[in-house]
Amino acid sequence: MSLFSVRNLVCHHGLLAAVRDVSFDLAQGEVTCVIGANGAGKTTLMRALAGAHTPSSGSIWLNGAEVTHLPSSTRFRSGIAMSPEGRRLFPDMTVRENLMVAAENGRSGEWTIDSVVGAFPHMEPLLDKFAGGLSGGQRQSAAIARALLANPDVLILDEVSLGLSPAAVGQVYASLEKIRNQRSMSMVIVEQDLARSLSFADQIVCMAEGQVELSGAPSDFTRDQITAAYFGIHEGEAAHV
Amino acid sequence: MFDAILQAIVQGVLLGGYYAIVAAGLSLMVGVVRFINLAHGDIAVLGALSTISMVQILGLPVLWAVVLVLPIMGVLGWVMHAALFERSMKGGFLLPILVTIGLGAALQNGMFGVWGSNTRSLGADIGNLAWASWFLPGGIIVGKLPVLIFVVAVAAIGGLHLMLKFTRLGRAIRATASDSEAAELCGVDARKAHRAATSIAVMLAALAGVFLAMRSQVTPYSGPAQLIFAFEAVVIGGIGSLWGTLIGGIILGLSQTLGGLVSAQASLLTGHFVFLAVLIWRLAREWSDSHGGWVASFRTALGKSLRGKPAFKDDAPVSRMQKAGEQP
Repeated sequence: MSLFSVRNLVCHHGLLAAVRDVSFDLAQGEVTCVIGANGAGKTTLMRALAGAHTPSSGSIWLNGAEVTHLPSSTRFRSGIAMSPEGRRLFPDMTVRENLMVAAENGRSGEWTIDSVVGAFPHMEPLLDKFAGGLSGGQRQSAAIARALLANPDVLILDEVSLGLSPAAVGQVYASLEKIRNQRSMSMVIVEQDLARSLSFADQIVCMAEGQVELSGAPSDFTRDQITAAYFGIHEGEAAHV
Repeated sequence: MFDAILQAIVQGVLLGGYYAIVAAGLSLMVGVVRFINLAHGDIAVLGALSTISMVQILGLPVLWAVVLVLPIMGVLGWVMHAALFERSMKGGFLLPILVTIGLGAALQNGMFGVWGSNTRSLGADIGNLAWASWFLPGGIIVGKLPVLIFVVAVAAIGGLHLMLKFTRLGRAIRATASDSEAAELCGVDARKAHRAATSIAVMLAALAGVFLAMRSQVTPYSGPAQLIFAFEAVVIGGIGSLWGTLIGGIILGLSQTLGGLVSAQASLLTGHFVFLAVLIWRLAREWSDSHGGWVASFRTALGKSLRGKPAFKDDAPVSRMQKAGEQP
């Protein structure tokens, strides 16, 4: 039985179906990268997984229990934590206070404020600074650290590298690699950087126009297959491109 | 004359303590819950009349009555938020305003039904505190009750500040105020945080009502005036800032007592004028910031209003042809 399952999930924004019949499974310690062009429905899917968007139909399961209709605060305490697109730190609170909010409302476990600072050592001198004054990379690290304080079974990271310098992206992924290896953390990551997704993920889910175009281990597909799925180009259409 | 001004300043600062308490709850609601409760003054009067009844009908000492009334008002705030405010917040900008206007009217008429239209006061129930004073050198007279109210105001705002800064509930309230959805994604139940904030705001309003009944008289229709003073203190001090609310209350109190030196009728009017001046200054500053600063916005506005064209040559918009060095 998989740790986390998504079954036939459908999400709407008004009349528009942003996510259509999406299904995938995530095993313990596995990393799934959700890729796709802008407007593919990745962020809506992530928000639905974290409880910030109510799906129209379908189901989400964690450890064999359905969590589809739980609000995001309850889902956080159940073991699904998300670092949202845009980081969404509380700018008028210090980094330490941002972390304390999550630590006080999450599950108890091996992740504490001290241990997340150990995983992101560059955050230590920033703890008493206001989150609104951080750089993009620092904000991303703080947002991931905040999500980790739920001691989650599944960590959802939306647009990890968006707006970050290459050096900051490298720093964030180095920390994620360490977390993945040491703690066997399951992750669902939305990443625009295709090369990084393919190298980091155990499994990719490629979306176009709200649907899964392709899913499986990155090694199962050629670069052309992934590129075609990324842009939603089907076999018959490829000849015209 | 100098003595009179000094006396007015002392009275104004102390009066500011009362305005700070009545405004602190409103500031919390606006700053944290993003909700304008137009029934805030009526809730203060409900707290006052409830306390008066407990003292004058049940025979409880004033302090005990206050200790009983505040938690009851806190529960009422929680219920009010869950039953009314929360639902109205889903209906856009206008619905909360209409709902709180309706709530205010219902409270006024309900209180009229229960307590009638007579003026009531706690002045006779607090012994000599209502009139006892300290006589300072220079002929300055400082009432003990205004000093008590000011000290309670500082303590209440300080306590609230410490609660918001150092407790789990306070951090949850601040996180929810900053970004409600992100707070939910951190495990905070935003609805509970909002209800708790409303509960605190209602308790502060009730406390202000009790002090109003001690220093003056109340009727079921005294609420709207208290709401206006609270709004003025909040706007003068900066919306959402607790210590700013204290400063706003003091400025409002000073304006009224110094205006009262000119004539008794000018007292309230001076406070309203100061509020209007601060409001206009804030709006002008915001407008200026969005138009590139004071000098640029002044030059543009001057040119447009006086001559129908930019005031200075270098303010004139440059066409693409002019930029390219071509004659139109």
